[in-house]
Amino acid sequence: MNPGADRRPSDRVDVCVVGSGPAGALIAAALAERGRDVVVLEAGRRFDPDERLEQMERSIRPGGGAVWEMGGERDAFTSTGERRYPLNAARVKGVGGSTLHWQGMVMRLHESDFERRSRDGVADDWPIGYRDLRPYYARAEAELGVAGADDNPFAPPREEPFPMPGFRPSYADSLFAEACGRLGVVTHSVPNARNSEPYDGRGGCVGYGTCKPVCPSGAKYTAEVHVARAEEAGARVVDRAPVQRLEHDRAGETVEAAVYATPDGRTYRQEARRFVVACGGVETPRLLLLSKSEKHPDGLANSSGLVGRYFMDHLFAGMGGRLDEPTRQNHVGFITSECHQFYDDPGRATAGIPGADADFAPLKLEFLNYAGPSPVEMALSADEWGDDLLASLREAYGNEIGMGALVGQLPRAENRITLDPSRTDDRGNPVPAIRWRIDGRTRRTIERANEIQRAILNELGVEITWTVGPENTGPAFHHMGTTRMGTDPEESVVDPELRTHDLDNLWIASSSVFVTGGAMNPTLTIAALALRAAERVDATL
Amino acid sequence: MELTRRDALAALAAGGVVLGGGAALTWEELRAEEGGNRDGAALDDREVETLAAVATALYPSEATGVPAFVETYVVGRIRDRRAYAEGVKSALSTLDSYAESWYGGRYAALDGGARDGLLREVGVATAEPNPDGLDPERLRYYLVNELLYAFYASPAGGRLVGIENPQGYPGGTESYRRGPER
Repeated sequence: MNPGADRRPSDRVDVCVVGSGPAGALIAAALAERGRDVVVLEAGRRFDPDERLEQMERSIRPGGGAVWEMGGERDAFTSTGERRYPLNAARVKGVGGSTLHWQGMVMRLHESDFERRSRDGVADDWPIGYRDLRPYYARAEAELGVAGADDNPFAPPREEPFPMPGFRPSYADSLFAEACGRLGVVTHSVPNARNSEPYDGRGGCVGYGTCKPVCPSGAKYTAEVHVARAEEAGARVVDRAPVQRLEHDRAGETVEAAVYATPDGRTYRQEARRFVVACGGVETPRLLLLSKSEKHPDGLANSSGLVGRYFMDHLFAGMGGRLDEPTRQNHVGFITSECHQFYDDPGRATAGIPGADADFAPLKLEFLNYAGPSPVEMALSADEWGDDLLASLREAYGNEIGMGALVGQLPRAENRITLDPSRTDDRGNPVPAIRWRIDGRTRRTIERANEIQRAILNELGVEITWTVGPENTGPAFHHMGTTRMGTDPEESVVDPELRTHDLDNLWIASSSVFVTGGAMNPTLTIAALALRAAERVDATL
Repeated sequence: MELTRRDALAALAAGGVVLGGGAALTWEELRAEEGGNRDGAALDDREVETLAAVATALYPSEATGVPAFVETYVVGRIRDRRAYAEGVKSALSTLDSYAESWYGGRYAALDGGARDGLLREVGVATAEPNPDGLDPERLRYYLVNELLYAFYASPAGGRLVGIENPQGYPGGTESYRRGPER
């Protein structure tokens, strides 16, 4: 939508969706294609695909500014607690949401992830199980376009083949596979929301190597795909229209309007029969808290007091170094092999990895295709040139190799999103405050991931030069848990259908409804939940 | 290694520069297209020489054919981007001013050691690239990083380092699977 676009509200519509990331876009497309009248309100702007190459160059060249323009007063936040949370590196406001900059990894959660309390005696079970989501996972894979292979013996059961063949293993994967084989560690392919061949009108990957933060070719899925589908089916998508609050009826039982701001300083009310909030794990609880009223003094849908609580992310653990042979890194920006062998039993022993007897969180191992420096990025920040620069690049590039891991974090009530009354954004609204810390179980599991990584790298003959462990770990930018799902209105914010317990026409589609986060990248689960929620919303209309 | 116009075209294509049929990316052609308009994007002869001299200082000594590579690449980059062309011209003018003040001659007339030395003395080596910044920051952005990007984000420069499909270049999905040449 161009700067002079008409951002006035539509007459009362069937459904108003707040947010155009993967959840909002999928729901909008699904409902519009069922003939529903849909308006999507998106806080950020519409990025023209013609800008992508320039954005790619900006992502490589220093000094060009933030690729997706995050930061500034609009996106202000505060971070308190033990760990700083770098929120604006972790999200994008724009049509397509954070899929504009995501990596594109799309694994299903394991069955165990839905049963953490029953199996491990920690956290809580989800009110739905893998079986409930399974058909939606398959649909989500088809919608996003997932390239994958059926070679992962640890993946949860599936019947349908992946929509596209998986990306073949990298040369570095073959080095890892050999060493892992000797240790009894199994490597396998990994599903990517990235075209390995033309799919859904988009071309196959051409190897720009800048997937995160920007794919200039369109081979990587972004939610713009479903925004376009929604619009083709008649939905209206209004960009640069941040929703300020939701307003309810006199009884406080039904949402009547989303109040949104526009760039010209005006404020409008979009009325609808149903509302879906799909603003991610931070802005979703923030919007509910900003919408407090006399009937809902602690914020909308917050009779449980849990809106904003149980904020969690995945933690990164990593290790790498140098090998005495070429490793062929940085040709592509995505991962082609992982190991999920330790996911359900992180303490398990293999022929070459000693077992560990402790309570662990789930973990998955990644074999990197982009360890060490990218020569061009290094060149552009170097303080030398000519022959000296070439010599330095040759010294730095060629032999680096590395592993990553994601570790699941337990949901803890004290990790939470609140409003910071001392600081306001460009519209005068209190900014989100993030309080975040890491528990002992998570730290222990990061150490366990490091232990496995060290054994593999030692077996491969790597001189280890860097480690990301419990002290210097950081978030994987997967915000989850802040409007959790459950059957008991006193212990959850939304029901298993993703409808809020407190308001009868308000749904939430986001990783914010996750009860636990597992250790798998969350977007496929977000998409599956969104497709399921779309059916439920539609059924009530 | 010899840099060719074809190498420059590959680097341009990676950045999305679409070439019309038979368009020759030379300063002469660009000046003709612009009807000799002095406010056009085309560089004058002196600026062209200065730019090539900078590239020769920045690229490894084993690279030959630098002037033709730079001509093709930079013409392709700036011909539809007047503001960007202005940034490049202004940076070249600034560099020449330093050369004349400190070394008593234009940049292109300096020997290799002096060209290298002047860039360092201006502070380009450690400056943060910034199109709107101070002199060294603009020189870093419009000259040094522009030319290093052309070289190292394309297969020509990448190969010298050992990566034929560097970041920023759409080199396909085969190279990441290939082992090293032995």
